[in-house]
Order: sequence, then C-alpha cells, then structure tokens
Amino acid sequence: MRYMLRRLGWFLLTLWAAISLNFLLPRMMPGSPADAAIAKLSQNGPVTEETRAAVEAQLGVPDGNLLQQYVDYLGQILSLDFGISYAFYPEPVSTLVAQALPYTLILVGLVTIASFAIGTLLGVLAAWKRGTWLDALPTVGGSFINTFPYFWTALLLLFLLGYVLHLFPTFGAYSATTMPALSVEFVLDALYHAALPAFTMLITSLGGWIIGMRNAMITTLGEDHVTFAEANGIPGRTVALKYAARNAILPNLTGFGMALGGVVGGSVLVEQVFGYPGIGFLLFNAVTGQDYPLMQAIFLMITISVLVANLLVDILYGILDPRTRR
Amino acid sequence: MSAPTGKTPPHGGPDAASTDAASTDGSGGPGRTTGGDPAGARAPRSPVLSALVGGLRIIWGNRKARIGLIILGLFVLLAVLAPLLAPYDPKDNTFERNLDASAQHWLGTTAAGEDVLSQVIYGARISLLVGFGAGGISTVISVVIGLSWGYLTGVLADVVNFVVNMFLVIPGLPLMIVVATYLSNGGISMIIVVIAITGWAWGARVLRSQTRTLRGRDFVESARFSGERAPRIIFREILPNMTSLIAGGFFGSATAAILAEAGLEYLGLGDSTVISWGTMIYWAQNSNAMLTGQWALLFAPGLCIALLATSLTLINFGIDGISNPRLREGSTGR
Repeated sequence: MRYMLRRLGWFLLTLWAAISLNFLLPRMMPGSPADAAIAKLSQNGPVTEETRAAVEAQLGVPDGNLLQQYVDYLGQILSLDFGISYAFYPEPVSTLVAQALPYTLILVGLVTIASFAIGTLLGVLAAWKRGTWLDALPTVGGSFINTFPYFWTALLLLFLLGYVLHLFPTFGAYSATTMPALSVEFVLDALYHAALPAFTMLITSLGGWIIGMRNAMITTLGEDHVTFAEANGIPGRTVALKYAARNAILPNLTGFGMALGGVVGGSVLVEQVFGYPGIGFLLFNAVTGQDYPLMQAIFLMITISVLVANLLVDILYGILDPRTRR
Repeated sequence: MSAPTGKTPPHGGPDAASTDAASTDGSGGPGRTTGGDPAGARAPRSPVLSALVGGLRIIWGNRKARIGLIILGLFVLLAVLAPLLAPYDPKDNTFERNLDASAQHWLGTTAAGEDVLSQVIYGARISLLVGFGAGGISTVISVVIGLSWGYLTGVLADVVNFVVNMFLVIPGLPLMIVVATYLSNGGISMIIVVIAITGWAWGARVLRSQTRTLRGRDFVESARFSGERAPRIIFREILPNMTSLIAGGFFGSATAAILAEAGLEYLGLGDSTVISWGTMIYWAQNSNAMLTGQWALLFAPGLCIALLATSLTLINFGIDGISNPRLREGSTGR
C-alpha cells in the first residue's frame, strides 16, 4: 500500500512538473507566436498598428505577470480549453485532437501490443534455443533493423509495395470515395490503409523486444531454480515458460509501459510518411504551420499519456513483483 | 596524470591486491590496474594512454567491433576528404534535373539539378558532426550528473533523482520537435544542443547505479578517510573505473543522435539548406522522388545513415567486452 501511494505521489508530482514545463517552454523561447505571424504578414507589405493589435488579440498574446499567466493557464487546462488553432482556424484545438486521436490509438496502440507479445515470445524462443538459427536470425536481424532510420525503412517499403508494386494505398487512412462511418465497407477500407503502416511499425519495433527478453531470459536460465527444475525432469516447455520467462518478463514490462505511453508520441514519423491522419500527423502539421496552441496541447497530451502508462505499469509491477512492495 | 598512483601506497602488498579485485569485478577499470603496477615494470606510459591502448586492443580483438571500426573509419575518411572525393560541388545546381544514374552522375541528380553522389559524400560531415557533437555533449552531462548523483546523499540527491526521472519520462522525439520548432532558425548547432539536452538522462542513470556500487569499495573509503574532497574522489578515483561504461554510453548516444538528427531534418525542422542525409531525404520526399521513381535519391542517404549507425553499434559490442570479460570473443568455451 505504501508503495502504491508513493507511486501515486510521484505521478502527481511529475504531472505537475510536466504541465509547468509545457507552460514555461514557449515562454523561455525567443520570439512570440504573434511576432511570427506579423513577420509573415509583413512579407506581403507594411503592417499597421491596428493589424498588429488585431493579430495579438486574435492569437491571445498573454498579458499580466508570469504568475497571473500561470494561474490562467492552469484554469484553462482544468476546463480542457486549449485555445483556437492557427493552422486550422477557427477550429478549437480540442476538436482537432479528438478527431485525430482514435486513428493513432487504434493503429499504433494495437501494433505496440502485438509487437510486444510477438517479440517477447520470440525472445523466449531465442533464449531457449540459444545458438541455433532461431536465436541468430531474430537477434541479428533485430539489432540490424534497429539501426535503420525508422522513417527510411518506412519510405522504402512505401516505395516498393505502394508505388512500384501497387499492393497498398500510398496515403491516408481511408479512400477518398468512402466516408468515415461504422459500415463494413469503411472498416475494410480503413484496415487496408492501415496494413502497410502497421507492418512497418511491427518489423521495426520487434527487435527491441526480442533482444530485451532474450537477454533477461538467458540470465534467469542460469539461476538455480531453473537448473533444479530441469534436473527434476520437468518438461522443457514448462521450465521455459513457467520458471524462466515468468521472471524474465519484468524488465520488458517496464519497456512495455514506456512503449504504450509512447504510442501517442511515437507516431510522428510513421504518420508523416504514410499521411495517416493521427496525432503525430497533426503535430507535424502544427509544427510546419507554426501553430503553437495546437503543438502545446499535443505535447502536453503525449507527456500525460506517458505518465499515465508509467503509473499503470508501476502498479502492475507492484502486483507481479512482491519485492517492490517492501 | 598519475593520479591513481598518488593514492595507492607505494609498497604494493594487500592494498594493491584489493584495488585489483575492485577493478576486475567492477567494470574492469584499466586506470586502477595500471596504478597498482610497480613503477617501471611496463613501458613508462601514462596510465590513461596505456589504458586507451589496452581498450582499443580488446575492441579490435572482437570481430564485430573490428568491422564497425573499419566502417566508421571509412566514413571519417569520406567526410574529411569530401572535397577531393566528390565529383562536383554539392550545391552546384546547373545540371539537368531528375536525371537517372549515368556515367556522369553515378546516383543521378536531384529535382533541383544537383549531383546526388556529391551530396551523399558531403552529407557524411553533418552526420558525423552531429553524432559526435551531440553524443559528446550528452555524455559529458550524463557523466557529471550521473556520478555526482550516485555519490551524493540527502535532499540534493532526491532533487537530482526527480529531475533525471522527469527527463527520462518526457518523450524525447516530441520534446525535440517542440524545442526545435521554437528555435527554428538555429541551424546545425541548434540541432546538436536539442539532441544533447534531451538525450543525457539514460546514461546518467546507468552511471549513477555503477557509482553507487563503487562508492562503498575500499579504495573510495580510504580516499575519503585521507581527506580527499568529494569532486576529486568522484572524478579521479571513481571515474577511471567506468571508462568502458562511459565509452559505451558515448557510442550509444552518438547512434541515437545520428538517427534523431536525420528524423528532425526529415520532418523539415533543421536548416533545410544544409547538405545532410536527413535533408536529402526531406527534399526527395518533397519533390516526389517516389512518383518519379528516383530510388537512389531515397535509398543512398538512408543506407549511409543505417551503415554509420550500425558501425557504432558494432563498436559497442567490443566495448561491452571490456566491461564484461565474459562477453569477449573466445573467452568462453562457446
């Protein structure tokens, strides 16, 4: 119980720090959004005082001292009011985020879970069959693919399978001819569009899980209780899964928490390559359009999702590993 | 630079044995072992230099690491000799646009009419600069913070603990994107700084736990009792035992920096007029190289990034062999 309370306290502390960082970051940087917008306008001709005042009012240039701004900011976050997007004016930021979120959660979330499950199992297999091709192929292949720039692998697959062989669509989450609806037709179309990004993410992320699990598993395989179980004639599969893998999975679980939290943020490159309309693509658009409110809101959401995922894993860890509860 | 020798009593005996034990089951710190040697038994080199040579020999002895060192060496040569090796000026855009590979342009030309091969050769400079620059800075930060954090106790350690964990939890790429957007006119030095300040936390954590195990050892205790100040104990007594961990961390963060730089430039967040592998892919994507079928434009820079990153990873296999003798090739039966 004390462990859980400590984790919860840590979570609240980091949450506050993340929210404050999000507040401080734009204010520590040189220039302001209004200045940037005015600089853009002034390329087309001189900017009058009225225009400047109008732009500043429109972009919500903060007034008052830093403390007052901070209080206002906290109030806005509590009421989920993140302002109006510049790039998609006059859409509110929260609407844009709500539209993009399901795509990312379904695509990246499902792939992350699948990748963790498959990679961990392959890691168990690699450690159990150490020295055979079942070990060499995934570990060498995995660490090799890990050093590829992720977006480059994605671009190559997109080029080969999309543009050359025409096996997969090259852009978007659904065809221009179908409308988002809960129909069989739309779901099939969406799945078809998600297949290539999902496949790319799967093969680029598997390696980390395999190697992590394999290394932890090899350590536990050398421990006395495993040797004893083997000496007692317990079948190999039972030893591997129930005696070794069960203990070895704990470090990988921490990684899984990080990865789950990274679902929202890790999607920037993949969604950019495939033009997939999720959170990452929205962040990219916010960045290229210098849409600071949208960018800040997405960054805050990404950070909070990582914190929540970490809290969940910490709690799970406390349940699975009694030593942490001391 | 004979700092360790100054602390070891000159009469060898039990004390020398204990430092030896400390370094072999710790991280195999070369600095300590040479310090314990009777003076003049080996060539009169400084301990740091002989440790470096010894470390390099172990790395070179590992087949994977040797391949890595050779690839890295080739890229360094490519970067240094770029003006001699490149057939054209990389910014010369007077050629015909979107050419396929030919005898004049081995990898074709870009949509702006520049020679792709020349750009690939010059691009090595930026990737090496960012990799070693950002990797170096973040390694220095992680060493200073990791070691002090591991040595200190009390409230200050708790504060550092909070800050490091915060940096570990904040997702790196989005933070980099946000900071790079605000500093949009910074160029390569901005990219290096952004990558360095977002990438040091993991190394600090690893070094901290190693410091924690070392700070209870006899040689640290004796240094403390002889009245050494904390900074000297941390950086003169403890640090030399972690050379291989630090080197491994450096190559790891250099790899991450190279990949991060390519990612940021691909998103158009760097200075897009600089010739680097990341910006090449950015321009290739922007000029629809996929539609025009210019695979070399996409393929070549990405392959170079992958090769460079692979070479650093391979070198790290050899460095692992220094810190953990069981991982050395040929040291175990199998």
